[in-house]
Amino acid sequence: MAADGTADVETRARRDGAAAGGTAEIEIVGLTKVFGRGSEAARALDEVNLTVRRGEFFTLLGPSGCGKTTLLRMIAGFEQPTRGAIRIDGRDVAGLGPNRRPVNTVFQSYALFPHMTAAENIGFGLRMLGRPRREVEAKVAEMLRLVRMEPMANRRPAAISGGQQQRVALARALAPRPRVLLLDEPLSALDLKLRKEMQGELKRLQAETGITFVFVTHDQEEALTMSDRIAVMDRGRILQVGSPRAIYDRPADRFVADFIGDTNFLEAVVVRSVGDAATVRLPSGAVRAASVPEGLAPVAGGRVTVVVRPEHAALAEDGELVGVVEEAVYFGTDTHLHVRLDTGGRFTLRRQNMAGDHAPEPGAAVTIRIAESGLRVLRP
Amino acid sequence: MTTVRERLQADAAPPDAEAAAALAAGRRRWLLLAPALVVLVLAASGPLLVVLAYSFLTPGTFGGVRWELSAEGWFRVFFARDIFDPETVRLNHAHASIFWRSVSLAFQTTVICALLGFPTAWFIANRPERTRAVWLFVITIPFWTNLLIRTFAIQEVIRNEGLVNSVLMALGLIQAPIQMLYTDFAILVGMAYVFLPLMVLPLYAAMDRLDPRLLEAAYDLYASRVRVLWHVVLPLVKPGLIAGSILVFIPSIGAYVTPRVLGGGRNLMLANLIELQFGQGRNWPLGAALAVTLLVIVLFALFVYLRFASKDEDPRRA
Ligand SMILES: Nc1ncnc2c1ncn2[C@@H]1O[C@H](COP(=O)(O)OP(=O)(O)OP(=O)(O)O)[C@@H](O)[C@H]1O
Ligand SMILES: [Mg+2]
Repeated sequence: MAADGTADVETRARRDGAAAGGTAEIEIVGLTKVFGRGSEAARALDEVNLTVRRGEFFTLLGPSGCGKTTLLRMIAGFEQPTRGAIRIDGRDVAGLGPNRRPVNTVFQSYALFPHMTAAENIGFGLRMLGRPRREVEAKVAEMLRLVRMEPMANRRPAAISGGQQQRVALARALAPRPRVLLLDEPLSALDLKLRKEMQGELKRLQAETGITFVFVTHDQEEALTMSDRIAVMDRGRILQVGSPRAIYDRPADRFVADFIGDTNFLEAVVVRSVGDAATVRLPSGAVRAASVPEGLAPVAGGRVTVVVRPEHAALAEDGELVGVVEEAVYFGTDTHLHVRLDTGGRFTLRRQNMAGDHAPEPGAAVTIRIAESGLRVLRP
Repeated sequence: MTTVRERLQADAAPPDAEAAAALAAGRRRWLLLAPALVVLVLAASGPLLVVLAYSFLTPGTFGGVRWELSAEGWFRVFFARDIFDPETVRLNHAHASIFWRSVSLAFQTTVICALLGFPTAWFIANRPERTRAVWLFVITIPFWTNLLIRTFAIQEVIRNEGLVNSVLMALGLIQAPIQMLYTDFAILVGMAYVFLPLMVLPLYAAMDRLDPRLLEAAYDLYASRVRVLWHVVLPLVKPGLIAGSILVFIPSIGAYVTPRVLGGGRNLMLANLIELQFGQGRNWPLGAALAVTLLVIVLFALFVYLRFASKDEDPRRA
């Protein structure tokens, strides 16, 4: 990158834009996609509204079949929306083919051209854009360096490993400097170690190029560690958009809470509700403060579901919840305790293992204290 | 070709037993190959050797050969003797022009089949799974009918009083019928029609194997549809195109029925010339020499084509 001064300036400008909180790179309004007709019609996307900011690492997260690929393919231009609009950099892209959108895709299967070398693959986009040969060569060399594939430049895809193919696919999509890079589960075919390595690589590439990344995964840990913001999807709808922290700590509804991380659900009664804070009475009778999703105003006296993350609770001398340990599962750094509550229901908590101490055995009576601000009211 | 168990046994056995096992394995391999070798030698090489031998013998008076060595058959492939003065020799222009016409017509047929077969195969490969089999079936229907009957059917279509001419005349587009039958054009139409499926099927097989995501990737990387076709589809279906071209070229250059029926007596191709020597001409050695020459031409064409086609090797071999 150092060789290319102009690119650096551009990169910084884009990142500053992102840091400033955000010009919109992609705006999606009321996007709906129905596959098939009549009785066979399947709604893959349902009134999706979404804004992706310039230069951010944006992740679409959701279970299989929730419409992630469909959304990505519509941004790329492979599918036409049934209803709704997509704007990229302020321009409505309806009717533009994939070759006329400033967007490139990294396919899950990489889709490298088998009859071209790694270098030829990387240069393909630039050649199709009609760039002069000198420029293409310089850019390909830069890209090979960026993804650390210089020694493999003249190998065909069949002669390099899966992780290397993946890097070539990335370089190929990055070489024409698209505004947006779409990545459809690019890491799912890799083994765990390579996957971790490539996660770091992706973050580095995104930081170095400043290109907006829209990343698809159904791995929640991957989403949490890599993203600037996450959109959680289910059955063609977007349930919540926010930073990893916001999604994890303040899930909006039961699906999001359940899909991301381990969660304990408790039934509670609202005592008082002011803005985004409320006090609730737990089944044990304890009254505690809880955060409330935006726009949801629980009525005092109403029944709600509250969630507690396993690491937001601890064994204590006195606490809100009382129960008996049913099972203790050892995980190395910590032990997961599955507790049957006296008031009914189960509760899981994570207890860090210390040198020389022992986690309670099954059958032991325990008291659990929920951490300050560890309670979250869910949308019904 | 040893099985795992054999290899394990060989590993465990002492060295001399190992050598014996290897010998046995070698013997068994030849035994397994024997049927294929017998078929190859008897069915393929045998008749060829007979033809080659005949080309160096002397013609019998009423056909057949006399067992006297002679190079006259080969001589007559390339040269003609003056009728009145057998010592005067000139190049055999008639043969040269027939050779040339055969190669040229076969080549043109191959090109026509490629041009028609490519979109046809593409069309079929892009049908939904359920209907693809139906289209393939339709493509192979002409094979169900005897070649001769199909060729006569084409004659019906293109002769002066045939379908095409009568329709054109009824529409007032032409005043007199266009002479199509008994021209090179007729031979081309006939051969392209007959051999088209041989181009479509291997092309289809190659296109069917093509990963549609590669096309999307190219389209995503700023290639127009035409350039996707040129830069991605064509290189990747090249093996199918080569196979189809070979399958069309070889029977075309040796075609007999089509030039006979549609080319009339005037437009000979190599196979007709060869048949003439074994029939009316009563010159079997010349016929045999011509047949061997045809074989050499085909082999040469194949060689050139494969060399040219594999210049940038098979993509899947990497
Ligand atoms: N071409 C199509 N025709 C009909 N239905 C389709 C088509 N493509 C997708 N669908 C349907 O749309 C829904 C969303 O599919 P999509 O591929 O977007 O899911 P996804 O979130 O990417 O899932 P995964 O994580 O398994 O890749 C699914 O129910 C799928 O069956
Ligand atoms: Mg998908």
